Amino acid sequence: MTTTVEKKKILTPEIDAFIEKWREKPGNLIMVLHRVQEEFGYIPREAAFEVSSALDIPVAKIYGVITFYHFFKLTKPGKTQIAVCMGTACYLKGGQDLVDECERSLGVGLNTVTEDGEFSVEAVRCIGCCGLAPVVTVNGEVFGSVTTKQMSKIIDQFKGK
Amino acid sequence: MAYKNYILVCAGTACESSKGIALYKELEKELKAQGAETEAQLVKTGCFGFCEQGPIVKILPDETFYVKVGPQHAKQIVAEHIIKGRQVEELLYDKEQKGKSANEIGFYQKQKRIVLRNCGVINPEFIDEYIARDGYAALEKVMFEMTGDEVIEELCNAGLRGRGGAGFPTSLKWKFTKNIKADQKYIVCNADEGDPGAYMDRSTCEGDPHSVLEAMTIAGKTVGASQGYIYIRAEYPLAIERLNNAIDQSREYGLLGDNILGSDFSFDIELRLGAGAFVCGEETALIASIEGKRGMPIPRPPFPAVKGLWGKPTVINNVETWANIPMIILKGSSWFNRIGTESSKGTKVFALTGKINNSGLIEVPMGTTLREIIYDIGGGIANGKKFKAAQTGGPSGGVITEEFLDIPIDYESLQGIGSMMGSGGMIVMDEDDCMIDITKFYLEFTVDESCGKCAPCRIGGRTNYNILDKISKGQGTLEDLDQLKVLAQAMRKASLCGLGQTAPNPIMSTLNYFEDEYLAHINDKKCPAGKCKDLLSYTIIEDQCIGCTACARVCPVNCISGKVKEVHLIDQDQCIKCGQCFDKCNFDAILKG
Ligand SMILES: Cc1cc2nc3c(=O)[nH]c(=O)nc-3n(C[C@H](O)[C@H](O)[C@H](O)COP(=O)(O)O)c2cc1C
Ligand code: SF4
Ligand code: SF4
Ligand code: SF4
Ligand code: FES
Ligand code: FES
Repeated sequence: MTTTVEKKKILTPEIDAFIEKWREKPGNLIMVLHRVQEEFGYIPREAAFEVSSALDIPVAKIYGVITFYHFFKLTKPGKTQIAVCMGTACYLKGGQDLVDECERSLGVGLNTVTEDGEFSVEAVRCIGCCGLAPVVTVNGEVFGSVTTKQMSKIIDQFKGK
Repeated sequence: MAYKNYILVCAGTACESSKGIALYKELEKELKAQGAETEAQLVKTGCFGFCEQGPIVKILPDETFYVKVGPQHAKQIVAEHIIKGRQVEELLYDKEQKGKSANEIGFYQKQKRIVLRNCGVINPEFIDEYIARDGYAALEKVMFEMTGDEVIEELCNAGLRGRGGAGFPTSLKWKFTKNIKADQKYIVCNADEGDPGAYMDRSTCEGDPHSVLEAMTIAGKTVGASQGYIYIRAEYPLAIERLNNAIDQSREYGLLGDNILGSDFSFDIELRLGAGAFVCGEETALIASIEGKRGMPIPRPPFPAVKGLWGKPTVINNVETWANIPMIILKGSSWFNRIGTESSKGTKVFALTGKINNSGLIEVPMGTTLREIIYDIGGGIANGKKFKAAQTGGPSGGVITEEFLDIPIDYESLQGIGSMMGSGGMIVMDEDDCMIDITKFYLEFTVDESCGKCAPCRIGGRTNYNILDKISKGQGTLEDLDQLKVLAQAMRKASLCGLGQTAPNPIMSTLNYFEDEYLAHINDKKCPAGKCKDLLSYTIIEDQCIGCTACARVCPVNCISGKVKEVHLIDQDQCIKCGQCFDKCNFDAILKG
């Protein structure tokens, strides 16, 4: 390394404070990663490195943990995040059709972001609204008893937002 | 009672997402606007269990139960019910319910609520409401009137078994941990709720968080632990919020923290978030995860009760197990063990979902039959379809068929017919559901969730999934069925943890009861339920089609062509087999087969 320019820090003061609060607690890594993802929507590479030095945990171990848990993401999700429930109840009531519909109208598969960075689609397990199956959430807002027709309408509704 | 009426508004996840919050705000506004603030108190509660019909509003003292209430109904509820004392008929669950109370609705009649005693009754955000319902009285009793051995004895006499799936006697675990000398011991609540179609534990944590905290503190006192952890799914933000809020309030009241209730006993609880790994519901993997590591199971023994979190003796119980404990302490083991069957005492909470009319969260005494659950509580199969099977135990469980609808449900009886109690997921399937398809769904889940540590689970699961996939596409052979069975045996015997050991259960169970369905896929290349898309095609019957164009308009990929009043045609290469044209045609002109 030859550059001497101080690299810009990515972790916010709030995250630093969170890390400080958790520093002495054993097994804190996962909680810290949750906090980082809450901020950025995923775990940026630089953030992983900064967590590594802050907690004195090797980067390799951090990535070992991130890759083990489905919840942690390594790439930035779309601005609008669509999550289709693929829990058993929703699957029985047509969850797969909704996934297909999303793929068709957005032109991307699961866990990929559209080229313009607007949308990403993921399949999630039961979010606890099985009575409303099949269920889709868009940026956390829940839509119940969704048909494929409604699915494309919901997508349209968030387009250009 | 300071108020004449209480308006309970459900604030569970399902109701909140169907505009429950807006409804609450609107009611608040209307009470003010109509000058009825002193007439009724608004209360936010946990899940009533009747989520399908949500948002739910219940009015006390007359116990009127309103369903599908929207913000637009607030005005009417206040004007009619609160001010004039007249029920708003159109919001009643059914018209016959007029003048009756909630408990007389079929959905509730056969239920017995011990675990869910406070869900939909109290505001889970206020500790005082829990205390007013005898909350923390059990802790007080354990602190000042009982020895640790007496507590364990009481749980033993009650016959309480773990509700997380395995049904292990709770008192035994506690005894192991209590009898070991150690400088530190831990109490863990398993709120990882991995079954992908179940939400019992979520609702309990959301609707009655203090019941879990109280029980964990009782365990801390009994076995001599000073720290507890609740391991909960990150996907449950509302439950996390309510638990954190409850922990703060308990600390304020001196019910958690140093010198609880003025004694020399100190105990605290902290939340740890899961991160979307099903295997972390397994207790040794859960412990690894709390320790901040990859959640890989390790062989048992030693059991966590002896050597658990950070190598210290650790009591791990499921949310529902915990929620039972304060009631057992308060009402006594002889009250509890009168409920249920010979081998299984108390109640069980189920998330009743799938093709059923009243989908929701229910709690029934052990020994209730599936028929009572599905027909009396669940209101039967939706859309007049025929019952095919109920699935319990999620990805580790199996199916229950028509012929077993009348057996009393308990741990042993379900195991006897190749299913299991599981943690409480109960999915009802009808004639349109294909057993190969659903089995494939579960296998995909377990393959996806296998931690990859041991070969039988990693490789066996994948191979079995591939075979099922082949069968669902009409490419299976009879040898494949033998292969499935051989692999299933190997996985059961040689897998390291419960995930791999039980992953073949859905296969064995459906093969046992629905072999003909497998054979139809293999020999006739047909999916009798019409679910497996590769074995399905939609065609238009020339003689029947009047050319109304309805199908062409509904087709999402525009693969139906034809002019108005002329016979239409489906382009088979383009068709994605969504079935929408079939549902749309009013002239029975589309053939599915
Ligand atoms: C793959 C796997 C997943 C599990 N998932 C859960 C779960 O989500 N919740 C739970 O309470 N127990 C789960 N268990 C059972 C736990 O290992 C453990 O038996 C339970 O938490 C003990 O509590 P109990 O005795 O109160 O049931 C799982 C077990 C296995 C093998
Ligand atoms: S059985 Fe499966 S989940 Fe369990 S340890 Fe082995 S590979 Fe991991
Ligand atoms: S909906 Fe039925 S009748 Fe109408 S055009 Fe299509 S196939 Fe023909
Ligand atoms: S099944 Fe779906 S895709 Fe195929 S023709 Fe009918 S509507 Fe179109
Ligand atoms: S299965 Fe989709 S919300 Fe439960
Ligand atoms: S969430 Fe309201 S009744 Fe279940």
